[in-house]
Amino acid sequence: MMAQTKPSETFVEVRDLKRVFDVSRPWLNRVIERQPKAFLKAVDGLSFDIRRGETFALVGESGSGKSTVARMAVGLLPVTAGSVLIDGVSMTDVKDSQTRQQLRKRIQMIFQDPYASLNPRWRVERIIAEPIHAFGLLKGEQVTARVGELLTLVGLHPDDGRKYPHEFSGGQRQRIAIARALASSAEFIVCDEPTSALDVSVQAQILNLMRDLQKEFGLTYLFISHNLAVVRHMADRIGVMYLGRLVEISEGKRLFSAPRHPYTRMLLDAVPDLGMTGRQRQMVAGEIPNPINPPSGCTFHPRCPLANERCKREPPAMLDGVACHAVQEGRVS
Amino acid sequence: MTEPVISVRDLRVEFVTRKGILRAIDGVSFDIMPGEVLGVVGESGAGKSVTGSAIIGLIEPPGRIAGGEIRLHGQRIDNLDPESLRRIRGRKIAMIFQDPLTSLNPLYRVGEQLVETILTHTDLGPAAARARAIELLNEVGIPAPERRIDGYPHEFSGGMRQRVVIALALCAEPDFIVADEPTTALDVSVQAQIIALIRKLCRERGTAVMLVTHDMGVIAETADRVAVMYAGRVAEIGPVRDVVKHPLHPYAKGLMGAIPTLEAEADRLVQIPGSMPRLSNIPQGCAFNPRCDRVFDRCRVERPDPDIPRFGLEGEAPLMPGHRVACHLYTRNPVENAS
Repeated sequence: MMAQTKPSETFVEVRDLKRVFDVSRPWLNRVIERQPKAFLKAVDGLSFDIRRGETFALVGESGSGKSTVARMAVGLLPVTAGSVLIDGVSMTDVKDSQTRQQLRKRIQMIFQDPYASLNPRWRVERIIAEPIHAFGLLKGEQVTARVGELLTLVGLHPDDGRKYPHEFSGGQRQRIAIARALASSAEFIVCDEPTSALDVSVQAQILNLMRDLQKEFGLTYLFISHNLAVVRHMADRIGVMYLGRLVEISEGKRLFSAPRHPYTRMLLDAVPDLGMTGRQRQMVAGEIPNPINPPSGCTFHPRCPLANERCKREPPAMLDGVACHAVQEGRVS
Repeated sequence: MTEPVISVRDLRVEFVTRKGILRAIDGVSFDIMPGEVLGVVGESGAGKSVTGSAIIGLIEPPGRIAGGEIRLHGQRIDNLDPESLRRIRGRKIAMIFQDPLTSLNPLYRVGEQLVETILTHTDLGPAAARARAIELLNEVGIPAPERRIDGYPHEFSGGMRQRVVIALALCAEPDFIVADEPTTALDVSVQAQIIALIRKLCRERGTAVMLVTHDMGVIAETADRVAVMYAGRVAEIGPVRDVVKHPLHPYAKGLMGAIPTLEAEADRLVQIPGSMPRLSNIPQGCAFNPRCDRVFDRCRVERPDPDIPRFGLEGEAPLMPGHRVACHLYTRNPVENAS
């Protein structure tokens, strides 16, 4: 079923990934109003690995660049600098374009909004069969059989293939999106906020389904979410993003029991949780700054209780899973 | 005993459509005391927002209040003419909406919108109104309010905008605020600040708040009491700690177990089979019966009302006063339950 190449421990390798968006005003405005060009560094030097069969999650607040990373990882967005290697094949290098074509069917994406990611004019069977046709995997009767099989796999009925997306609820639509992602026997699935548009009881169904499928097919997930509790439930390892940079990478549960970066601590403190009834919390000051004009040095320093002069000057490097001067200097336990 | 600020009795809201009458709210009752935050939770379509809109008188055709009473300080407000309702709205009752960008007029400065509201609802003059607006912005935690008051909404960030909306709601010192998903559009770190702000205002001013949200975490932290809604009815209502820690209704139990938390060790989340019924197709008897794993004959015929549980289920925590549940399991003989 799967075209296995060399089985490697590391499946996805992201190295020094950068993405800059040009957010300048139109040329005429710039000339008349004498404004310089403006750039937004959405992702600024990101490196991480994902091992085969694991769930790697990226968390962060809006504007931290999570979705940009997801879209670069699957090749929907060209990178400005850096590289993404999936199973040893570069997603960015032109030389690899032949092998990349082969790789494409092993990578799929599940989007946030199942109302927008399914073509409303297509029947479900056509939606799910699209990757099969695109890669020429099966023909004729086999396609119908495979679609029925996929629908059963995600907890729907094979007859549901005759229906249109509008006949399904949000949770069922997300199941269809998952079936489509599995249609080409993908191994690496990028999930960009797959449950944030769903109600909690439906979210539980989808998260359970994603876990079951992962066990069954040995899938590798890149899981993007802003919901820390969901991430804790799903992820083996977690990367915390702030303004386009990773501030901490940690094994899943350890991030919650022993957060190290001040931003991670702040985030964990801020999350309203079922267990929090009547608990008094540490108040967080400030908001995520404007990414067009980020603070100097460590971008978190204006909100950080531990910031000193060095933090204002020098961006900290990622060392031993955390990018923070205070932690590295031992100023904090 | 103090009087409730808002008292809702057997409220029913219907929407007339071509396919027939849809009952979005079917017999909802609750009280909210001064300074109390009542959380209303439920999944989409449970009728949370419609309940809020009904109280503030914002149900528009084809929707209508088909029955029941809404009382503000003991006075009925559900049958008022639009003019008298308009006078209450804003002065006695205020509303905070989900998206702060749409509830502010982008063409007017923040200050103008605040001053206009203050002039409409109070006896203050223009200069005093402006001073009051600055004071309000300061109170909701906007830095340098004397400068920011002349900014346009787009110059504020999401969290700051929501603070402005809260300031706007506070202009006339209302007795009751309906907050419909006030933090859903915000990031977690900002969300925590807004929650703390709402709590503080409640405590200091004795304002009653109805907090509508689908986020149980927000409710657990903000509300004093919580009502769990399902298919237009209250399934369970009680002190927040009891409902969150020891839910009684099978739906509430499922809901709490379905939420991933930062503490619990669970390999799988609790899954409630199926989904919420459509309004056009609400099952007879208890609306939850097709999805319930403890269903028995009576559930399919007779609709349960929120009531004080008469019998506890085996192995459950003792029942707390004020905790009501709409489930036949708790009115049936415990011997039968055990079988």
